[in-house]
Amino acid sequence: MSDQKKPEGREKPVKTPPLEPGLGQVMGVAGGLPPLQDPSISRILSGLPPLQEPQTPPDLEKRLRSPRTFFSALLSVITGIMAVGAMVPLFSVLFMLVWRGGQRISLELFTALPPAAGMDGGGIGNALAGTLLMVGIGSVLAVPFGILAAVYLVEFGPDTKLSGAVRFATKVLSGLPSVLAGLFAYASVVLLTGKYSAPAGGIALAILMLPTVLLTAEQAIKMVPQRMREAAIGIGATRTQVVWQVVLPTAMPGILTGVMLGIARAAGETAPLLFTAMFSDYWLTRNPMEPTASLAVLIFDFSSSPFTNQIEIAWAASLVLVVLVLLANVTAQVWTARAAKS
Amino acid sequence: MTTSTEPIARPPTGFERAADWSFRRLTLAFAVLAIGVVIALVVQIAITASPAISEYGTDFLFSDKWDPGAKTYGIAPQIGGTLYSSFLGVFIGSLFGLAVAIYLTQDFIPYKLEMMLKNVVELLAAIPSVVYGLWGIFVVIPLIRPMCNALHEAMGGVAIFGTPLIGPGLLPSALVLAIMVLPTVTAISRDALSAVPPKLREAAFGLGATRWETIFGVILPTAARGIYGSVILAFGRAVGETMALAMLLGNNNSFSWSLFAPGNTLAALLANQWPEARDSTNEKFALMYAGLVLLGITLLINIVGTLILNRTQSIGDARR
Repeated sequence: MSDQKKPEGREKPVKTPPLEPGLGQVMGVAGGLPPLQDPSISRILSGLPPLQEPQTPPDLEKRLRSPRTFFSALLSVITGIMAVGAMVPLFSVLFMLVWRGGQRISLELFTALPPAAGMDGGGIGNALAGTLLMVGIGSVLAVPFGILAAVYLVEFGPDTKLSGAVRFATKVLSGLPSVLAGLFAYASVVLLTGKYSAPAGGIALAILMLPTVLLTAEQAIKMVPQRMREAAIGIGATRTQVVWQVVLPTAMPGILTGVMLGIARAAGETAPLLFTAMFSDYWLTRNPMEPTASLAVLIFDFSSSPFTNQIEIAWAASLVLVVLVLLANVTAQVWTARAAKS
Repeated sequence: MTTSTEPIARPPTGFERAADWSFRRLTLAFAVLAIGVVIALVVQIAITASPAISEYGTDFLFSDKWDPGAKTYGIAPQIGGTLYSSFLGVFIGSLFGLAVAIYLTQDFIPYKLEMMLKNVVELLAAIPSVVYGLWGIFVVIPLIRPMCNALHEAMGGVAIFGTPLIGPGLLPSALVLAIMVLPTVTAISRDALSAVPPKLREAAFGLGATRWETIFGVILPTAARGIYGSVILAFGRAVGETMALAMLLGNNNSFSWSLFAPGNTLAALLANQWPEARDSTNEKFALMYAGLVLLGITLLINIVGTLILNRTQSIGDARR
């Protein structure tokens, strides 16, 4: 930390590091002692008038009337307002959901089929069932996939080129628009089977869940202490036994966090389902290869309806959907807290 | 694995070795498959779009007609609309997102409040986009409409106020988009800001800098790379955002600079046209082609954003 050394220059310095070595001098200046000589420091100080003339003692008193303090306080207030402003939409959304969607919460909502145009009553029973079914299919596909790939990344191939490539591919996948997962599932499943169906929707959702599950599981597995693995290997366990009996049970809360976050994301997805499951006005049948309703697509369809009844159903479906998603999120947070404790 | 008579430690049996070997191969297979999914996604969409690519070629990108009846398709207005709405949404969202990130990291409020604000922002990310769309239709549009129309009355000559806001339009879409990208900006910028070594901040305070002189002069420049990364990733998210825009932008296949005019984006075009697309009109292939263009744009943005953030991380690690 001693004076004028270059900041341990590995990469190009990020503009400010010249400050770092000058810490000693910096403290001195505040006391008004040594004069400023280092150009890199005076550059940073430009804009702080009292310090540019070392002969006058610095003005250390904090008064709101001095322009610098006033400017700072003003910015603090503006940022505070912006931060609070950023929360307004959330509360507005929640309020509207409870106010407009809450009116329609009844047994009928969960047991009836969606109302046709101009009809009264009706519910979201088949859409709720369809959402649960497709999220279930998605989880069954994405969860083992994500966990096994994460096991490879941490246990069997860390620091290899392959695991770097897997990580990169997963991050890219997590940033891809969900609509593309829908197009992909359409091109590879719907075109093949000739029908919009729940499994096609589930596959599209699985693609969206995969990055979340994989990356969270990787982090969770990484957190398992190395000595636990070594102890198991020391008594003759194979790496596979270590994974199944030591690593996965220990990392389970963290892995489940990722699973719940993945489910929360998938449950709210609409776009991929438009291309894969479409919508249906009827209940699920034994044959899954049929168009399938979902809460999200129901909301989209009914949102542009001219009929009040359908719009009310859309709000009620939104409320149910948001409650489902938030439940999944809260569960994830509880598990994270538990993982942090253990 | 153990009974009281056996010693605790013993070498693995042949079966266990075989199981170990196969399990390793299994995990390897899934790891490779994860890369395979991304490649398959790109290739499959490209293959399915190929009839449209060979028929419309690059004219598709520059033509502004989307007419299933005449089988002519072009996505110039949609590309323009995607970039314009994303730019506006990310601009507003980044300003607020960065403000929240600064508020969360610079000791403005007690730790407990910080955590609460952080959770609220994370909840913003949890609300499904179709719900934001519904909220936008019934809350945002009626709320801003009088203001927008007053602006149009007063300054209709200015291009960005050139049309009245009749219903769906660019500004409500951009506002909702801003809310949706805000959590991305906040989460990543917050990490970048809290990775700034505290001694830099203390040094600036020691020099007599005010809180905001410190933030603008020291903290933000040091965290700049992470913040840029967050904005780029937010842009990628905005470009691909589908449902809210499909519901709020009006599905109008023409481009206008007016903030109050309806428009369209690539993703919204896909969502709006797909359910009505007939096989006889080639429209599905054209939509696949549009999806491929969207894929190209987002891949580019995401790879740049991820690379920037990876570099930031390695610099941060080296400094620690």
